[in-house]
Amino acid sequence: MEPERYELSEARRYRFELERRDFMRLFGSGLVVMVAAADALAQESGRARPQGRADTPDLAAWLHIDETGRVHVCTGKVEIGQNIRTSLAQTVADELRVPIASITMVMADTDKTPFDQGTFGSLTTPRMAPQLAKAAATAREMLIDQAAARWQADRATLTARDGRIVAKDGRALAYGELTKGQALSGTIPAAPAVDPRDKWQIRGTAIKKVDGRDFVTGRHQYTPDLVRPGMLHGRVVRAEGYGGTLVSVDDAGARAMAGVTVVRDGDFLGVAAPSARAAARAATAIQAVWHVPADQPSSETIYDYLKKHPDRASTPAAVDTIQMPAGVARTFAASYRIPYIAHVPLEPRAAVAEWQDGKVTVWTGTQRPFGVRTELAEAFRIPEDRVRVIVPDTGSGYGGKHTGDAAIEAARLAKAAGKPVKLVWTREEEFAWAYFRPAGVIDIKSGVDASGRIVAWAFDNWNSGSSGIQTPYDIALKPTVFHASKTPLRQGSYRALAATANHYAREMHMDEMARALGVDAVEFRVRHLKDDRMRDVLNAVARKIGWPGPSAAGRALGIACGTEKGGYVATAAEVSPVPSGGGGKTATGFKVERIVIAFECGAIVNPDGLKNQVEGSVVQGLGGALFEAVEFADGHLRNGTMEQYRVPRFRDTPVIETMLLDRRDLPSAGAGESSMIAVAPAIGSAVRGLGKVDTALPIRLLSSA
Amino acid sequence: MARYALRVNGQNREVDAEPGDSLLSILREDFGLTGSRFGCGEGQCGACTVLLDGAGARSCVTRVGSVGAKAITTIEALAEGDRLHPVQQAFLEVEAFQCGYCTSGMVMAAVGLLKTNPNPSESDIARLMDRSVCRCGTYPRIVQAVRLAAGRMRTGSSAIGGE
Repeated sequence: MEPERYELSEARRYRFELERRDFMRLFGSGLVVMVAAADALAQESGRARPQGRADTPDLAAWLHIDETGRVHVCTGKVEIGQNIRTSLAQTVADELRVPIASITMVMADTDKTPFDQGTFGSLTTPRMAPQLAKAAATAREMLIDQAAARWQADRATLTARDGRIVAKDGRALAYGELTKGQALSGTIPAAPAVDPRDKWQIRGTAIKKVDGRDFVTGRHQYTPDLVRPGMLHGRVVRAEGYGGTLVSVDDAGARAMAGVTVVRDGDFLGVAAPSARAAARAATAIQAVWHVPADQPSSETIYDYLKKHPDRASTPAAVDTIQMPAGVARTFAASYRIPYIAHVPLEPRAAVAEWQDGKVTVWTGTQRPFGVRTELAEAFRIPEDRVRVIVPDTGSGYGGKHTGDAAIEAARLAKAAGKPVKLVWTREEEFAWAYFRPAGVIDIKSGVDASGRIVAWAFDNWNSGSSGIQTPYDIALKPTVFHASKTPLRQGSYRALAATANHYAREMHMDEMARALGVDAVEFRVRHLKDDRMRDVLNAVARKIGWPGPSAAGRALGIACGTEKGGYVATAAEVSPVPSGGGGKTATGFKVERIVIAFECGAIVNPDGLKNQVEGSVVQGLGGALFEAVEFADGHLRNGTMEQYRVPRFRDTPVIETMLLDRRDLPSAGAGESSMIAVAPAIGSAVRGLGKVDTALPIRLLSSA
Repeated sequence: MARYALRVNGQNREVDAEPGDSLLSILREDFGLTGSRFGCGEGQCGACTVLLDGAGARSCVTRVGSVGAKAITTIEALAEGDRLHPVQQAFLEVEAFQCGYCTSGMVMAAVGLLKTNPNPSESDIARLMDRSVCRCGTYPRIVQAVRLAAGRMRTGSSAIGGE
């Protein structure tokens, strides 16, 4: 579960822990428990505490109980729709024995929360939640100690219940009474009294979103909704194409407009104006001449380009070097193409920046608030303690909001204008100037023996990424290589990273072999699986969809499975043919009628929130499977608008049947991403039942059977 | 630049704007009604949906000069005090959202839909709301929430379950 390269865009640096007295100054009286990152590492690995180690994981958290009994939980994680504001509160409420309403989650404010590497990799539930559980259990035990001392009672006779410490004789003290006027601080003991999973009361239940009402009333304020006193509105003048450099600017028209500031700094060109409409008009009035490099790759030439342009010393391809062992009766080879796709978060990148006394505060929707703090500090050559980044709960990210582009641009404009500036990217900017899920080429060569067992498996992935690259199937010889390539388009993290691409190629290839050998696709997989958790999800899905027969004549079923971020998933799809005609370039030739998914991620913290995530990831997976592909040529996007770039809509959504396999006997794994990885190969395999299918994404039925 | 008189959430408001300026920008910037969200500016995602004389409209591509005397209703005016509109209540109960950015527009689109079609089937809802995007993929729950609200509104049931 280590981050892959697309999740890490900068080197880690040393970090030193906050002094205890600073901590008390921050919170005032009450009770605090701080989880230092190093505590977590020492406990996880059993090693000695590594002071100031550069590789300390980001697991720090603070918990404070004030004198009214209200619990403040500070974490650098961000809420982007994945429901951690609620699920983390559940964890704390459960351990502390308080109602969930008495918890305030303070999230993603670099001045108020401990350092956090970022919200990615589905790490919040498996890594941060246990830290908060330890902090809450420690606080609970400290409160029992306080009450025992006050009553001169045996602590073993006291229990924590509903925000109070209760004695056997009926006496009770509310947490606020115990913390009032105190300055108690605690650290996590070697063996904190955390509840075993089978004792969970609030965890494991379908608690509603703690702030759900603010969303249905429109009251929640995302970054684009914020207003600061005297605030101006920004707009950036973009290059005419990728790699463009600014040759000349005529901004006389814009400068003549009332209240407009024009900023040119290197290749950055932007305006600040009293309203967003005025900023748009001023930006339009600027005449800029750009030089855009010629002969850039296109969405047609990209696959060849990626193979021919290694990013570091080229490694020989496994498919070229593998020696098929003796006994191989049959070999298979295929090449799968994965296009760049866009995240299309509905909230575009946005930031509000405000300078005061040489310190800049930026509100922005990002998954890496501390990373954006570093970006700002570097961009403006100021120390990080003069940068504050605050992340309002954000209109999604899906891995697409790791960078601070809008934050830096808004801060640059605000600095020039001497007033706060809000910058909200247009949808076209969001498509063109954010970044994409990497395009890639995946080549596979495999060999089976006479009994139908896979004995050789060579797997090469160019550029798409290494997440999920290792086959879960039991194969003796399986050389697997990731080849980093130069990329003409800016690329980065995306929900489930390359696990989607790697599972697509691997499972489509498994399907192809099973078909060629005349073996049932489920049986063929089970034959090569040693892992019971994978078998369980696969068998659950097969039973539910009625494998191997479709529900109606003329339809076809497909199935796929996989594991990623510690979770196990199997997905089955039922498809029907759609006669050609209409639909244009997004016409697939088939319709997805039904998706059945079984997902197992260990112990489930919030089954309703998890179901929502799993269904959502299926729908998002449909996009990449059916329509999504960035088209580009000569440094320009050809489908960089919401109209041209098709994302899944109501009518694209099939019946989705979700099975969540709760395993209280296992620790919780990440869940926001892995449930999407088997959607595309399940569909691709089903469509093969209708006719010939291209090996590229998105899936197209080339001809009927 | 011209002065426009608008009827917004039951109140008369005035604004100086160009006729081509979007209604969304005026609602958000001039009137501070930020519950209507900017998603695409193309009329393709529906995050900005408001009601014009009771019918759903994409305010990001509605020119202020074309609004005239039509009554504008935004998400801010849907609840009556603390009492949520049945569509809001159903979205909350079903938890028909994840990041919530599309929710205002989805709720308004559903309210508009139910005015003309009080008993929509699941496929009616999918067809009539197809121009609204939930990038988190919460479509099945949104359909469920709209059906729940429709049922309650038809029976006049105010028996709304506790939260």
